[in-house]
Amino acid sequence: MPSHRMPSEADIISTVEFNHTGELLATGDKGGRVVIFQREPESKNAPHSQGEYDVYSTFQSHEPEFDYLKSLEIEEKINKIKWLPQQNAAHSLLSTNDKTIKLWKITERDKRPEGYNLKDEEGKLKDLSTVTSLQVPVLKPMDLMVEVSPRRIFANGHTYHINSISVNSDCETYMSADDLRINLWHLAITDRSFNIVDIKPANMEDLTEVITASEFHPHHCNLFVYSSSKGSLRLCDMRAAALCDKHSKLFEEPEDPSNRSFFSEIISSVSDVKFSHSGRYMLTRDYLTVKVWDLNMEARPIETYQVHDYLRSKLCSLYENDCIFDKFECAWNGSDSVIMTGAYNNFFRMFDRNTKRDVTLEASRESSKPRAVLKPRRVCVGGKRRRDDISVDSLDFTKKILHTAWHPAENIIAIAATNNLYIFQDKVNSEMH
Amino acid sequence: MFTRGLKRKCVGHEEDMEGALAGLKTVSSYSLQRQSLLDMSLVKLQLCHMLVEPNLCRSVLIANTVRQIQEEMTQDGTWRSVTPQEAGRAPLDRLVSTEILCRSAWEQEGARPAPGLGDGHVQGPVSDLCPVTSAQAPRHPQSGIWELDGPREDRGGFHKSLDQIFETLETKNPGCMEELFSDVDSPYYDLDTVLTGMVGGARPGPCEGLEGLAPATPGPSSSCKSDLGELDHVVEILVET
Repeated sequence: MPSHRMPSEADIISTVEFNHTGELLATGDKGGRVVIFQREPESKNAPHSQGEYDVYSTFQSHEPEFDYLKSLEIEEKINKIKWLPQQNAAHSLLSTNDKTIKLWKITERDKRPEGYNLKDEEGKLKDLSTVTSLQVPVLKPMDLMVEVSPRRIFANGHTYHINSISVNSDCETYMSADDLRINLWHLAITDRSFNIVDIKPANMEDLTEVITASEFHPHHCNLFVYSSSKGSLRLCDMRAAALCDKHSKLFEEPEDPSNRSFFSEIISSVSDVKFSHSGRYMLTRDYLTVKVWDLNMEARPIETYQVHDYLRSKLCSLYENDCIFDKFECAWNGSDSVIMTGAYNNFFRMFDRNTKRDVTLEASRESSKPRAVLKPRRVCVGGKRRRDDISVDSLDFTKKILHTAWHPAENIIAIAATNNLYIFQDKVNSEMH
Repeated sequence: MFTRGLKRKCVGHEEDMEGALAGLKTVSSYSLQRQSLLDMSLVKLQLCHMLVEPNLCRSVLIANTVRQIQEEMTQDGTWRSVTPQEAGRAPLDRLVSTEILCRSAWEQEGARPAPGLGDGHVQGPVSDLCPVTSAQAPRHPQSGIWELDGPREDRGGFHKSLDQIFETLETKNPGCMEELFSDVDSPYYDLDTVLTGMVGGARPGPCEGLEGLAPATPGPSSSCKSDLGELDHVVEILVET
C-alpha cells in the first residue's frame, strides 16, 4: 500500500490481523491509527480485481498520553488488534497500546431515509402550508459510509506494557498480558478485571523472567498459554485456580550444551506464540527458529525450523545494535500445514510441515509488481554463490518483517514491511491443502 | 597492533612467555571479548535509564547477561581489586583493542569465544574495568553493520560512548565508591528503578492497591566490599535494595 504522504515513523505498521472470515484485514501503526481493508467480492465483470483488498475504514484508535506520576509518555503505538467473532451486522475489534485496550464497533450505513413530512431534503422545517398530503418516508440507497465508534475503554489494568490480547472462544471474555501479569476481562465490563497470572517477584531485584506473549486456546475456553523470556511455555487451566500461577503444563526444551554462549538465553526468548487452528499444536518464534509443539509433549518441540541460522555467528554484533531483541511474529496457514515468519532484509520465510520444504521471499516494491510472481531468495553464507544470492554481510537489518498474517481459509498473506503493507495471493493454489 | 600490545602486557606480568604465549593469547582474547561484552551490557543498562519508557524484557535479558558474565568471571578468578596505580593506566588503549576484537573475531565465521573456558589458571589482562557512572552516553544508533557504507562511523560512535564514560573516571579514584555515586539519587540504583525506568520510586496503579512500594535505599553501602572486584560491586549496587 503506497503511502501518499512522506513516510514518517508514525506510519510504521505495528500489527496486522485478518478477521475470522478473512474478508477484513486490520493494521495498526505507531501513530495510533487503525486501517481496515476489505476484500472486494469477486465479480465476472472485472476479473483482474478479484479478491483484492481496498481501504474500508481509517480511524485514530489511541492518542499519546502522559503519565504524570512516572513522568513518562505512554506511546500511542498499537501493539495488537484482535477481531471479535461477528455476531450481527456490525464488526468489532479490540485494539491496544501499552496501557489501554479499546473495543471498537464498525458499522455500515448504505441507506438513508427520504421523504419526511415535516423536514425538507436539507433537514429544514417545511412551511406547513405547503404540505398537502402525507407520505411515508422510504429508505433510499446512499454511498456506503463506514462508521467506527469506541464502545468500551479498558483502562488502568496494567502497570507494565501490554504485549498481547486474546479473545476467548466463549466470546464473552478476553485476556490482556503485560510483562509480569495477565488479566481477564469481560467484554462488557470496563471498571474491573481479574488477575489470572502474576509473576512479579516480591523483590524486583529478583526479576529474571518476563511474560512475552499469551493466547487463549481456540476451542477450550478454560485453557491459555503464555511464553517467557527464558524460552518456556506455560499452559494454564483457569478451572484449576483463580490465580493461575501454577501451570498445568510447562513446555521447555533443554539447552544444547554445544551451542551455549552468553547469548543463549536472549535468543531463546519466545517472541510470539500461536495455537494451531486445530488446537492441537502451538507455534513459537524465538530469535533464530520457529518451533512446533504438541500439547501432549512438554519435553521438547516436535519440529524446529531454522529461520536464519547464518546469524548465529553474528550474535555479538546483533546484541550490540539491539537487533537481537527484535520480536518477530509467526503464523499458521488455515490448514496448519504451512508456517510463516519474518526475517531481515524484508525477507519472510515459509515452512511446509508436510514436505519439509521451505522458501525465502522478499517483500519489496521492486520485486512486487501487481500480479508478478515472487522469486525465491537465497542468503549465501560463503562457498558457492549464485547470481541472485545475497551475502550475509549485505543484509539490511533495518528492514525487518516483524508482523505477518495469514488468511484463515485461503492462501493470502499480509506482510508488514516497516510502513508498507504487502498482500500476496496464491492464485494457482488458492485452496488450502 | 593489538597483538603487540598484548605481548607487552604479558611480558610485564609473566617470565617464561614463549611456550605459553599461543595458548595465553587465545585465552586472554576470550577474556578481552568477555570484558568488552560486559562493558557493552552495562552501557546498555545505563541507556535503559535514559529512555522514556524502558523495555522491561530487554532490560531483564541484559541484566541476566551481566550476571552470567560476572558469575563466570568470578569462577575464573579474574576478579581483582583495583589498586590506585593500576587505575591510572590508560584504559583507552585497552578499549580500542577490545573493540577491535569484537569486530575482527566475531565477524569471522565460526570464530566464537569458547564458552567453557576458564579454569582458574588464566591470568588475563588487568581487569581494571572502571564502574560505569551515570554520565550521559550518546545513544548508539542502530548501526547497519552489514551495510558497506557506514560501519566505520558507527564503530566510532560506539567507541566514543564507552570512551566518554571511562574518561570521567580517570579524574577520580575509582577505589572509593561513595565518591562516585555521592551525587546520584539513591533509588536510581534500585533494580526496580533500573528495570522500570522510574527515579521517584513510587509505583502507582489502581490495581496495585496496597502493594508495598520498593523502599528507597539510604545510600550506597559505606563498607566497600573489598573482597569482590570493582565490577562486582557495581552490579551489587545495581541490584541492591
